[in-house]
Amino acid sequence: MNASTPKTASHKIAQSHESFTSEVERWMEVRAEGLYCKPANCYIDPHDAVERAIITHGHGDHARSGHGEVFGTPETLAIMETRYYLTEETARTPLPYNQRHDLGSGVTLWFAPAGHILGSAQAVLEFDGRRVVISGDFKRHPDPTCVPFEVVPCDVFITEATFALPVFKHPPLEDEIGKLIRSMALMPERSHMVGVYALGKCQRVMLALREAGYAHPFYLHGALKRLTELYESLGFDFGEWVLISDIPAKERDVLRGRIVLCPPGALADRWSRKIPDPLPTMASGWMQIRARARQRRAEMALIVSDHADWDDLIETALATGAPDVWITHGRVEALEYALRARGVRAKALNLIGRDEEND
Amino acid sequence: MERFSRLLDDLYFTNSTKAKEAILASYLRDTPDPDRGWALAAIAGTLSFDLFKRNLTKTMMAERMDPFLFDMSRDYVGELSETVALAWRSSPEAKKLNRLPSLTEVITEFRSRDKASIKDYLIDLLDNMSPSQRWALLKLGTRGLRIGMSARSVKRTLANMKGVELEVIEELWHGLEPPYENLFAWIDGDADIPDMSKVLTYSPVMLAHPIEEKDFARITPRTHQAEWKYDGIRVQLAALNGEAKLFSRKGDDISHSFPDLLSEVDFEGVIDGELLVKTDGEIGRFNDLQQRLNKKKPSAKLMAQLPAHLMAYDIISKDGVSLRGSALSERRDHLTDLIDGRRSERFSISEILTFETVDNLAALREEAAQTGGLIEGLMIKDKSSTYVAGRPKHAWYKWKRDPFLLDAVLMYAQRGHGKRSSFYSDYTFGLWSEDGALLPIGKAYFGFTDKEMKEIDKWIRANKLKRFGPVQEVKKELVFEVAFDSAHESARHKSGYALRFPRIHRIRWDKPADEADRLEAVAALINA
Repeated sequence: MNASTPKTASHKIAQSHESFTSEVERWMEVRAEGLYCKPANCYIDPHDAVERAIITHGHGDHARSGHGEVFGTPETLAIMETRYYLTEETARTPLPYNQRHDLGSGVTLWFAPAGHILGSAQAVLEFDGRRVVISGDFKRHPDPTCVPFEVVPCDVFITEATFALPVFKHPPLEDEIGKLIRSMALMPERSHMVGVYALGKCQRVMLALREAGYAHPFYLHGALKRLTELYESLGFDFGEWVLISDIPAKERDVLRGRIVLCPPGALADRWSRKIPDPLPTMASGWMQIRARARQRRAEMALIVSDHADWDDLIETALATGAPDVWITHGRVEALEYALRARGVRAKALNLIGRDEEND
Repeated sequence: MERFSRLLDDLYFTNSTKAKEAILASYLRDTPDPDRGWALAAIAGTLSFDLFKRNLTKTMMAERMDPFLFDMSRDYVGELSETVALAWRSSPEAKKLNRLPSLTEVITEFRSRDKASIKDYLIDLLDNMSPSQRWALLKLGTRGLRIGMSARSVKRTLANMKGVELEVIEELWHGLEPPYENLFAWIDGDADIPDMSKVLTYSPVMLAHPIEEKDFARITPRTHQAEWKYDGIRVQLAALNGEAKLFSRKGDDISHSFPDLLSEVDFEGVIDGELLVKTDGEIGRFNDLQQRLNKKKPSAKLMAQLPAHLMAYDIISKDGVSLRGSALSERRDHLTDLIDGRRSERFSISEILTFETVDNLAALREEAAQTGGLIEGLMIKDKSSTYVAGRPKHAWYKWKRDPFLLDAVLMYAQRGHGKRSSFYSDYTFGLWSEDGALLPIGKAYFGFTDKEMKEIDKWIRANKLKRFGPVQEVKKELVFEVAFDSAHESARHKSGYALRFPRIHRIRWDKPADEADRLEAVAALINA
């Protein structure tokens, strides 16, 4: 290649071409590493290693390794520990929801539940009489694996926009789990192989299936083991589950008509060849779009999302009462447009390094 | 409608062709007439009418949804019907239906209504449907079903249901009409096979495989014959009882565009050939034919200027007798009988080319390449082969000439749809004119890998110039090696030329733009 774009672009919010005059812009800015709180010298979910980092939740595109000092909920820190994002040298400050912490220079940090996955939090920063809420990834739909989202009134609400298009309206979880249960009854000879992300989606789907009355063991791909065990150590009960690798090849017929859980990538991978008559199923918010489901080669698409849908994104931003809403990643333009139409000063931050597919 | 929508979902999400056929068969077995026939027509693409216009869906959305958000949604989803199905919000004063009508009721209702009340009915249905059902209705209504099931696979399903060869269904198919009650009566064992002998209809054609290196060993002048592969369109001419029809390769009836050809038919039979334009003994370019193809009612002037011509390749039946089971050499004799004694200049018979060795064939192919696109290459056919519908192995080979290549400069880019909606993946490129200006010559959106697309996208973002709506102008610095099948003169393009079937062959990151090709290179191709 004979030309390329610069890899990262660092710019101050106040310098972005359409600038609004929010007081907060004096102390919050976007840097190459991510969103930055100047007086506290602290980044929120930075995608490079930094000195001080506030981590909203444990997904890999928000929590990274190599930070000097980390603030997060105790669950998020436990997840980071399990994923080897923390070392012995990492200084860590676990903050349960609603516990206030002085970051120095007059900045106060506390966490409010975000309802996204276990331990997920909105980071609330207060300085100079103003309050900024960085909601991280969040959802409003019920989830048995985490504390529900709480609206925190604020001056600036910073939101994601993963599913910010009117075509995204997530159906109730029970409906989607119902599809799976009916399919198992209809096709008892097929192993129902469900692609789920290891952190959050896997455990949410398991608990929802238990609530729907599924009483057989779950059969898990090895990549889902450690985080599921972590959830168990924190008090969650998924009933019986068995690692597929522990089942002798001759006995794999037990998987027929049962739930097999694996990471999405394994659905079409060589690994899936060991599953008898698999019915590849994908559980994700993207499954609402048919072509996306087909790309995954899923034969059943379960619309299970850990993000807010279109209506929830808008209602939530309005509910905070924030006159300014900053949008981090996703379908940024649509949300910006819709919020402006409702009289909110909305603008895109264009944060880089967020993983689109991780839902 | 519920069952139909579920059927479409099941078919859409099933990967294997076999499983799809099993799903369709079980639906056709368990669903009463005429619902199953309409569903079959929708899936096989044989519905002959729209229930409503695509435009109606668009205007309805414009009344209900912010246009900016709708456009963004459609760009993202990549398709209108699905966007509407997902973004539709029932109005608070929506009429509540106690049950959804059946597929047949929906079709009958739409067909009996006038324009104004079609809209009301569509709204009532959409208001009472789930996103999946809305998708099924919108796809049905505008005949845009794409559920990954080919017409051939549909026919195979029917053949398996009846326990007959696919050929049996193929030969019936184009003489049948939705909702196919006579077909199902036969499949169910309640009636005889539908009689097609009195119906003037398209019958399935035989196709060729691209030749591969290993195939050459089979070819000898004793066993095979070689012919030119002309660059027109493949057609079937069927004549019976003084009536004649012309069908495209897909079975579309295109008779209305070629009355000049059909009026001179004075035989009975079905001929397989290439439709061309031939003026004063000279075969015209594909571009000339194109002007005839798009005219529903060609004027006398146009027909005189660009007269239609049939280059006969083969014969499928003669005087009511099927020749499908005869060997090619035998069919060729029948064809010669029929065509050669004819006065009309409208018909000619495809010349058999002499060759001894494969090297002779290669030389002939090279000759084809020098015709500036008039001849696409060679057909090499096994003389003993019978006429089998579809693409039987080792019967007919096609050996196309290599595509033409030009180095062109990227000028404008546009974003794609669906998976590509966030990437610049449609490229307009140009060549240098005599006075040093770059003039657009074509547009391509495939031929490159996903990885290359991402690299090009990145390059475009770093080299933007002006923007014209969705069209992004870029610095004239990136060279594409563009492959295409032929070039022709075009009044619509500023450059004066258009390319047929252009695709990106290679990205020449290394090549300076001023070393790209000039328009003269295209002119040379055409005048070859």
